[in-house]
Amino acid sequence: MTAISQTRPPRLDWPAILRDAGLAALVAFLLTVPLVGFRTVDRPTGLGIELHINEVVAAIALVFLGRVGLSMIRSGVALPVLVLSLVVAVAGFFINLPTETLRVVMIGGGLVIAIRALITVMTHRSKLTQAERDRRMDRIGAKVQHASRYLAPVGILFAAAFPMLPIADRHLIDIGILLLTYVMLGWGLNIVVGLAGLLDLGYVAFYAVGAYSYALLAQYFGMSFWLCLPLAGVLAALSGVLLGFPVLRLRGDYFAIVTLGFGEIIRIILVNWYQFTGGPNGITNIPRPSFFGIADFSRTGANGLPPFHSLFGLEFSSLHRIIFLYYLILILALVVNVFTLRIRKLPLGRAWEALREDDIACTSLGIDRTKIKLAAFAIAAMFGGFAGSFFATRQGFISPESFTFIESAIILAIVVLGGMGSQMGVVVATLLVIGLPEAFRELADFRMLTFGMGMVLIMLWRPRGLLAHRDPTIVLYKNGAGAAAGEKGA
Amino acid sequence: MSALLSVQGVHTFYGSIEALKGVDVTINEGEIVTLIGANGAGKSTLLMTICGKPQAREGRIVFAGEDITRLATHDLVRRGIAQSPEGRRIFPRMTVMENLQMGAIAVDDSHFDQDLEEVFTLFPRLKERITQRAGTMSGGEQQMLAIGRALMSRPRLLLLDEPSLGLAPLVVKQIFQAITAINRTKKMTVFMVEQNAFHALKLAHRAYVMVNGRITMTGSGAELLANEEVRSAYLEGGH
Repeated sequence: MTAISQTRPPRLDWPAILRDAGLAALVAFLLTVPLVGFRTVDRPTGLGIELHINEVVAAIALVFLGRVGLSMIRSGVALPVLVLSLVVAVAGFFINLPTETLRVVMIGGGLVIAIRALITVMTHRSKLTQAERDRRMDRIGAKVQHASRYLAPVGILFAAAFPMLPIADRHLIDIGILLLTYVMLGWGLNIVVGLAGLLDLGYVAFYAVGAYSYALLAQYFGMSFWLCLPLAGVLAALSGVLLGFPVLRLRGDYFAIVTLGFGEIIRIILVNWYQFTGGPNGITNIPRPSFFGIADFSRTGANGLPPFHSLFGLEFSSLHRIIFLYYLILILALVVNVFTLRIRKLPLGRAWEALREDDIACTSLGIDRTKIKLAAFAIAAMFGGFAGSFFATRQGFISPESFTFIESAIILAIVVLGGMGSQMGVVVATLLVIGLPEAFRELADFRMLTFGMGMVLIMLWRPRGLLAHRDPTIVLYKNGAGAAAGEKGA
Repeated sequence: MSALLSVQGVHTFYGSIEALKGVDVTINEGEIVTLIGANGAGKSTLLMTICGKPQAREGRIVFAGEDITRLATHDLVRRGIAQSPEGRRIFPRMTVMENLQMGAIAVDDSHFDQDLEEVFTLFPRLKERITQRAGTMSGGEQQMLAIGRALMSRPRLLLLDEPSLGLAPLVVKQIFQAITAINRTKKMTVFMVEQNAFHALKLAHRAYVMVNGRITMTGSGAELLANEEVRSAYLEGGH
């Protein structure tokens, strides 16, 4: 095919192209009418429906043009399409469109087609085969993984310096905290799902246990955050073991369903145990963390602690607490990361990975599956518990609303989309899954639609996750076995 | 020679189906013993029963003087029984080296370097592929790795389930030569379940024939190889 399209002058079969584009436009019509065309609006007389014909027409036109562009690329006319699609993408920035969504579709669509055209211009082929694409993406994944040796310190430095940068305002730091919370949860769940290969659909349960542990201990016993943080971790780990015992004899789908059930059980207990947990009203006025028990972040100080700003001779700013929380979650997340990187090299971590690969072989090698599964569960739960108590102290208010299944699903999506077991992948996926919806907040109603579309695209192009590339835990040098054996002994 | 492993009157059930109907097998120290039989005769079931999954409903399994009938599978490795399960079951995404390390994970690793050297002497191919992902190797190399991995736990008894499964004849020969070498140089006791009766009988000191969950015949490898019944049932037509 390549040879032919190189030698043959491009010839366009216009009727076929137009028929194809018309069909695509018809599909677009059927989809956009219910999704975009009708919108409910609040009227004084009740709910009304508004028609948005112009948006539908614009969307269909874009799809039609895009499809024609794709067909032209396929017939070998790539250069004009490349120029045109770039023009469209640029135009998307400047033209006044009826909605923000159309702008994103226009820019995004234009860029996708431009990339396709670029590939054709460069390789004289309309399309890479699945295998080629996989190989290419794998190579990129491997490169990123190798580069992560340099990227990771840079990323950490950036994260550490971020609150000091002039661009960092309260809003951005808040988003940073949110992102880091999900990175931490992703890294925590990665231990169970990525390393041990156990599909846990109820991770949010441990997050909830951690959050409520702190909130309740603070409410009933007036315990401080720094005392409760380890306790919340221990309690979450215990709940992990508690869940682990009945569940770990199950496998695959059954396992996933039971963990899903456990997540719901915790939430329903929280809702219904009204006297103890406050039920659906949640718990309010959860104490904020002090500065390691030395100072308080309020203007006048509290609980007998001096105010933070006067202790350090600073001007009072409500931002201090936010920045402190930011660093707190950054450190917590890094602890999880360092732990995971270390344990992968130890027998326990190695056993988890082996378990994911083949659990029957594991038993035949003398590994007690139940024990190491329980360990994975308890450790991941503990990190979930840490994250939970951080969440509680940051929000100052928690209710069962925050711990619904969708949270588990999002954390799982982060792990799976990032590439199971990849630490860097979790960060990239968090930026996409949590960061993009934040960035696209203006899209309002269509935020979740873009989110879904992003997930579908990743699953189509990268079925094993963005950075699905596993590096060996041992690196062999020229003298071969010697170095490896040395590491084994170490 | 003393009995290292003895299986005494073992009955094993899958639900209500009796897969083993009173099996007696003795394996002496330093022997290669093979178990042959048709598909579904219960060969693999016997091996799995020795490993404790499924557990025998009746009868006893004694290893080195200790009753192991009710032990969990993962407890056997530390007692000196290594298993190379059917279908190789190497860890495909791990490297050869990591696979071999997994073999020693449950035991004291002070002999690790020495054991590794021995495995590489036995299978030089593995040393060449040390950093390769195990799943990308050929079937024969994977089988070598599976055996090598089992040896890393310094077993007294090596259990092999169908080591020749799905391999080319030339590779099968190599594998069986390696098994003989393991037995000769390391004085390792080997119990092997095989469909490839001809090769298995040639290298085994003693052999058992299993039909429908019962042992129907036993003798030295050479005896069974010469036996008319065995020849017509398992050797002719196909091999």
